[in-house]
Amino acid sequence: MALCEAEKTFVLHGVEENFRIDGREREDYRPMELETSIVSHAFGSARLRLANTDVLVAVKIEVDIPFPEKPNEGKIEFFVDCSANATPDFEGRGGEDLAIELSNSLSTAYQSSRAFDLSKLCILKGRKCWKIYVDILLLECGGNLFDAVSLAVKAALWNAQLPLVKSVHVDGNNIEMDVSEELYDCQKLDIKNAPVMVTVCKIGDYCIVDPNQAEEKCSVGSIVVAVSGDRLSTVLQTGAGSLHPTTLVESMKLGHTVGQRLNQALWEALQQIPEDQDVGFLK
Amino acid sequence: MSRNKELLSKIGLRLDGRRANELRRIRCKLGVFTEPDGSAYIEQGLTKVLAAVYGPHQVRGQRSKAQHDGALVNCQFSMAVFSTGERKRRPRGDRKSTELSMHLQQALLAAIKTELYPWSQIDVYVEVLHADGGIYPACVNAATLALIDAGIPLKEYVCACTASLANNDVPMLDISHQEEAIGGPTLTVAALPMSGKIVLMEMSQRFHLDHLPKVLEKALQGCKDVKNILDEAVRLHVQDVGSSTGWVIKN
Repeated sequence: MALCEAEKTFVLHGVEENFRIDGREREDYRPMELETSIVSHAFGSARLRLANTDVLVAVKIEVDIPFPEKPNEGKIEFFVDCSANATPDFEGRGGEDLAIELSNSLSTAYQSSRAFDLSKLCILKGRKCWKIYVDILLLECGGNLFDAVSLAVKAALWNAQLPLVKSVHVDGNNIEMDVSEELYDCQKLDIKNAPVMVTVCKIGDYCIVDPNQAEEKCSVGSIVVAVSGDRLSTVLQTGAGSLHPTTLVESMKLGHTVGQRLNQALWEALQQIPEDQDVGFLK
Repeated sequence: MSRNKELLSKIGLRLDGRRANELRRIRCKLGVFTEPDGSAYIEQGLTKVLAAVYGPHQVRGQRSKAQHDGALVNCQFSMAVFSTGERKRRPRGDRKSTELSMHLQQALLAAIKTELYPWSQIDVYVEVLHADGGIYPACVNAATLALIDAGIPLKEYVCACTASLANNDVPMLDISHQEEAIGGPTLTVAALPMSGKIVLMEMSQRFHLDHLPKVLEKALQGCKDVKNILDEAVRLHVQDVGSSTGWVIKN
């Protein structure tokens, strides 16, 4: 997206007057749509549409061997795929840089045991654990990818059903697992503290959240904070530009308060999702 | 694979309860996204495909690829890593996706009036969200809808369908993943259903030459059925979009 000087000035003035180009205030989000259980053969899935940004997340779970240095913990892996449907620039290997940036930020945000407790994924110490694959598909990019992706991931993990292991028998090198045959005999993952990311963008003298593509172009610097409960689990600075330490602390504070509100809103939205919704792209 | 399962039971029903000449349920929607020039979503049974079309625009990358007498049609097939039962390692770049991209391009080139856009390029991207047999036909059908949504002139619809032969005798339409796994030959046909021309035919396993005509005929019939369904969806979509801009629809 290319903007001329006049358009940039228009965006800048909008931010200064607390009345952005789409009528929002500085701390407002664009409307979101959230659906869960959209991929029928995954353990859990969610689709989030934040105005023009469209993200589909599916969770698959497999049995794996724990890392030798962390025998008590399971594994979680994030994989982002930038579909060429979003923009022709992603064709072939074009989206790989963005994909790696997004998946790395998610893994650092989920690293802390306070944010997401991996020890609950351990089946037998040092021998067997669950490995969660979180596959993220970007279908449309309309700005603010970090926030959209993290919200969708959290919703998909909330939706995921972990198979229940009734008992584990060890016979020499063989490990037999007795997984419950009942279809609905599943555990939910504990995602109460799973991080939600907030992108804070500095435009002119003010900080805004949920920038759209035009606003992202005008920003002089932006940071992403991952809010887990009442703490921050990661802070990273994205894109070009520099920020003064005072602004940095201020924007982190803004990200923190907005993140907690967002978390609350997501939690309420998840409780409201009906069991048998008519989901999909056909709506 | 379990050989004892029958593709077609004695009373003429298939594993999912269809009859031999029935398609799976097709549901589709045009214009699912705002960013691309045209987009479509199609569900054929459980197979779900999204397609997006960008263009016609200036040729990107290697300018030397531009053609003076027609548009370049660039297709990319990609499958979400979670689309299959077993998680895939890569969404694209493997042999199967490259082959499918080429076949898709072949089918679309036959239908697009490329001569209208010299020195330009049309991008068609398809993304499989759920693979349950008949991926290629679903991709072709989705791409056709997306091209129509983008307003790119086509000679006619290009539709695709699979067919197989059950019990060495009865031709079957629209093969699901389960039926593919049991075995039996599969014939994939992409056709221009109104003129009855075949743009792509691919056969797997062995067919006796005597059986081929009737299976092919069945597949072509399938393409025609698909075309009718797509046509209806396109008309509904145009009506929807048109009425919002104040058209009066006369019956």
